[in-house]
Amino acid sequence: MSLFHAIGFGLKVGYQLFMLCCWFLSLISLNLLSNGGVMTTKTGWLGDGGRIWMKLWDLILESGCKFHHHYSQYIGSKKVRKNWWRKLLWAWIVFWILASIWVFWYMNSQAYEKRKEALASMCDERARMLQDQFNVSMNHLQAMSVLISTFHHGKNPSAIDQNTFARYTERTAFERPLTSGVAYAVRVLHSEREQFETEQGWTIKRMDNVEQTPVHEDEYDPADLEPSPVHEEYAPVIFAQDTIAHVISVDVLSGKEDRENVLRARELGKGVLTAPFPLLKTNRLGVILTFAVYKSDLPPYVTPIERIQATAGYLGGVFDIESLVEKLLQQLASKQTILVNVYDTTNISHPISMYGSNTSPDGLHHICALNFGDPFRRHEMHCRFKQKPPWPWVAITTSIFILVIALLMGQIFHATMNRIAKVEDDYHKMMELKKRAEAADVAKSQFLATVSHEIRTPMNGVLGMLQMLMDTDLDETQQDYVRTARDSGKALVSLMNEVLDQAKIESGKLELEAVCFDLRGILDDVLSLFSGKLQEKGVELAVYISDKVPEILVGDPGRFRQIITNLMGNSIKFTEKGHIFVTVHLVEEVAESMVVETESPSSGTLSGLPVADRRRSWEGFRIFNQEGSTTSLSSSLTDQINLIVSVEDTGQGIPFEAQSRVFTPFMQVGPSITRTHGGTGIGLSISKCLVHLMKGEIGFVSSPQIGSTFTFTAVFTTGCSGLNDQKSQQINNQPSPISSEFQGMRALLVDPTPVRAQVSKYHIQRLGIHVEVIHDLNNIEVGNTIIDMVFIEQEVWHKDLGLSTLVANKLNRTNCKVTTPKVFLLSNAIRSTRANFSASGVSTPFVIMKPLRASMLAASLQRAMGVGNRVNYRNGESLSNLLRGRKILVVDDNRVNLRVAAGALKKYGADVVNAERGKEAISLLTPPHHFDACFMDIQMPEMDGFEATKRIRDVELSINNRLQRGELSLEAYKNVSNWHVPILAMTADVIQATNEACQKCGMDGYVSKPFEAEQLYREVSRFLRTESNEDSWEGFSD
Amino acid sequence: MEIVGQLQKQYVDFINSLFREGYLDDQYVQLQKLQDDSNPEFVVEVVSIFFEDSEKLLNDLASSLQQQVVDFKKVDGYVHQFKGSSSSVGAQRVKNACVAFRNFCDEKNLDGCSRFLNLVKQEFYLVKNKLETLLRLEQQILQAGGTVPLIE
Repeated sequence: MSLFHAIGFGLKVGYQLFMLCCWFLSLISLNLLSNGGVMTTKTGWLGDGGRIWMKLWDLILESGCKFHHHYSQYIGSKKVRKNWWRKLLWAWIVFWILASIWVFWYMNSQAYEKRKEALASMCDERARMLQDQFNVSMNHLQAMSVLISTFHHGKNPSAIDQNTFARYTERTAFERPLTSGVAYAVRVLHSEREQFETEQGWTIKRMDNVEQTPVHEDEYDPADLEPSPVHEEYAPVIFAQDTIAHVISVDVLSGKEDRENVLRARELGKGVLTAPFPLLKTNRLGVILTFAVYKSDLPPYVTPIERIQATAGYLGGVFDIESLVEKLLQQLASKQTILVNVYDTTNISHPISMYGSNTSPDGLHHICALNFGDPFRRHEMHCRFKQKPPWPWVAITTSIFILVIALLMGQIFHATMNRIAKVEDDYHKMMELKKRAEAADVAKSQFLATVSHEIRTPMNGVLGMLQMLMDTDLDETQQDYVRTARDSGKALVSLMNEVLDQAKIESGKLELEAVCFDLRGILDDVLSLFSGKLQEKGVELAVYISDKVPEILVGDPGRFRQIITNLMGNSIKFTEKGHIFVTVHLVEEVAESMVVETESPSSGTLSGLPVADRRRSWEGFRIFNQEGSTTSLSSSLTDQINLIVSVEDTGQGIPFEAQSRVFTPFMQVGPSITRTHGGTGIGLSISKCLVHLMKGEIGFVSSPQIGSTFTFTAVFTTGCSGLNDQKSQQINNQPSPISSEFQGMRALLVDPTPVRAQVSKYHIQRLGIHVEVIHDLNNIEVGNTIIDMVFIEQEVWHKDLGLSTLVANKLNRTNCKVTTPKVFLLSNAIRSTRANFSASGVSTPFVIMKPLRASMLAASLQRAMGVGNRVNYRNGESLSNLLRGRKILVVDDNRVNLRVAAGALKKYGADVVNAERGKEAISLLTPPHHFDACFMDIQMPEMDGFEATKRIRDVELSINNRLQRGELSLEAYKNVSNWHVPILAMTADVIQATNEACQKCGMDGYVSKPFEAEQLYREVSRFLRTESNEDSWEGFSD
Repeated sequence: MEIVGQLQKQYVDFINSLFREGYLDDQYVQLQKLQDDSNPEFVVEVVSIFFEDSEKLLNDLASSLQQQVVDFKKVDGYVHQFKGSSSSVGAQRVKNACVAFRNFCDEKNLDGCSRFLNLVKQEFYLVKNKLETLLRLEQQILQAGGTVPLIE
């Protein structure tokens, strides 16, 4: 699961990163675009761009959501998702490549537009200026024409001669910035030619062939020109500016261009322009603006003919376009940035270049129309940049930047994807491994179940035989041996169960029982289980249970016993000398003693060896750390019993470095421990779990080479109801340890060690014997009181044999009138006892082997004092008591099993009816019937045991309901109003037959196949006794 | 009485060898214990039921495994039953074979099943033989006027 989370987290991080990148990118783009927007002054665009980006953003968000959706959807199918990822990645890359190309294109076009506009504005500016200056020149020429008409033609004699004209024009040349020269030609008719020629003193010359043979400027001489041939009329130049003085006397009408011009000018009455042509003499390209000068003022609307008639002469201005434009452009800045061409485009197909070099017309250029006031002529100005456009570095870098970011993100995606794929692979691998581990776990449980089952079977044999041996007439010692053997066998079985428990605890399936039990009895059992081992070692084992602990508690005796066994077993393993001492107190008692703090911990221990301070073992317990909890505990929960149990040993202790992992399963102090002491290392961890289940805590204190003390608390309740009381007996089916035969007897206990004395006293008192403790043999005061028995610690007895003899004799003597008090030695180790006894000459007293426990003590006393043997309760008998005469249905499809089960039940006197099928069982068990119980196999073909039981319960329920409603008469159903036949499952499989599975379908319990007497008894007695408890109870109470 | 003693000795030796070689387990002893005066033929009865049932089961098993499509669930059921009855009479080796057999059923391993069917069959006929001998011995002891010694 955590892996899954990790993937989720990785994905989230990736997603966040993705969002961040998107945000960053959009920010950059927005910035760039907004800048662009400002520059291009398209204010509306910014909003547009923003909106577009917002849309894009939404799209991305949406895709993100989708991505999440897809993710959750396809989490299971790896391949689909992988493909999806790959597609997404490619789409992403392609999208961003396209986007960056677009950005590049867009920015480039923006730059181009900008350039174009700059060019246009520059071009326009130049064109306007040219036009303005031209207009200025033209206006001035017009003014001059008026001047001439006024002063030349209007006055007689003329007020203007060549000198005046030249001077005037020279001085007003600044007024005509574009003209290089001005000339005036007068209209001369052929009839007037001679007179004119004589007046002027020169002949009218022609100019047409001059153009064809261009001559050098220096050589140019008007006198070389040929006189004009005869024409209808002439227009010889009479005045000219000095710059073009060479044109005087030249007939303007003889020039082709001039002639057209002149004719058009006088017709229109406006300034007209020639097409550009190489000028006379300079041979440079130029145009001539011609104005007609009329003799008189013309009315506004006159016909062209009238105009021709009124024509007096022609004023011409020479525009040396090339140089003039050059001059003009030089005035303007940034001449170097653009190239300007001026064309006469009157004839569109053959534009005549007026200015500018002839460059290739490719690249960006702008065309401006020029209006020089002559509607007939069209002029254009072509502008282009001198330099090639610079590389659009901004666009290139921006788009590359975007692309790089996008690719980086793609890389991040890719990496994330790979990572996820890897993690997923790992996850799948882990899942696979987990599956295998689980399979192994299942196999383990199955193995455990099988092994436990397989061991149980022979163990049942052993235990059964021991049980039978106990039924025979044995003396007390033998009986004790047998009991010990049986208990040890049971412990082995419980060990198997322990292994099963670990499995159950691991899967959380362990539940605690709540039945009544006798705590002291349980501790006696445990004690006897370990006594053999410890007697060999010479380690003293003792149990002390506080008087305040109630006799009967409600809880799970098996589990409690298991904890004690584990702790003690552990202690025993590591203890070679000294003692192991189990104490049980109420938590309240301990808490009080803690508050008072009277007892010093070193005041004396059982064996006199130092022990670890047990109080430190519960330092961490919650129950003691709660402020003022002790009083509230005792007062508020009256029937709740908080026990605190300590197991103290004088073993080798636990090394400090290992103390932290004491409760970890399968952890032992070290490999050498496992080798020397064996064991699985799960005992303590099970104990801890069990203690927690009992709402208690467990802790320990340990000092190396001194010993360890484990302490745990557990919560039980008191208050057994009557029914529970019976239950407690079946679990603890031993003779009641407190027998009445010793009631009221008095005993003397000689023991110098107070703790040990207390323990011994506790055990003896359990038999109802009043105990008086003295610390020394010398102190024996045999007064008036009758003493029935004297218990003497072995060490005291052997310390001084003489004294012992004396005391023995004294005791014998004083009490002879009534009964001699029996002397018992409380001994620890078998060997030492025997050895010492052989040496001593005195009459051997009875030796009672420690550990003391009620049953053993009672048996010893009985044997010594000759109190009659008690008839032991036997399982077999009581089973017979229970089952005799019972009618029992056994259902099993396996005839062999059926026969065997029936045989076993018959042996106990039951009346057995067999059925081989579930259906048969249903019909047999449909009320009314005579069956007292039913044993049902679980695994049967057609209908299994669970199903059959369910059906039987259904039938019973419906009949019970109908009986209650009175639909059926009670008589027909034997006056039983509530039918419920006990059904027990029979199974060979321990694991399968869990209580809950049985209870779920209405079964009352289960017994294992083949039958085990004790379990059979336990289960059968649960429900059969209620009907006949009188006689079956006899067995217990005798 | 000589014969009885001999027979008894032979019987004890034989049954001990059966236990030693694992043909029988404790359950057989339990069976014997269930037999008492009120039910003198108990063991013979149970064992003969076991023989009958087992032969039937073996036939069923063989025919089930020869089907075109083997119903392993059914086979498993048969084996389970066989295991139950064999463990009830204490025929340990048959039981163990059955346990292994069931594993192959779970795996749906036809080869393994067939192999184990043969093994189970073999074990069954072996134990049948032994049991028949054992029961014949018992019979002879009884006829000779002795009592069948109890094995602990």
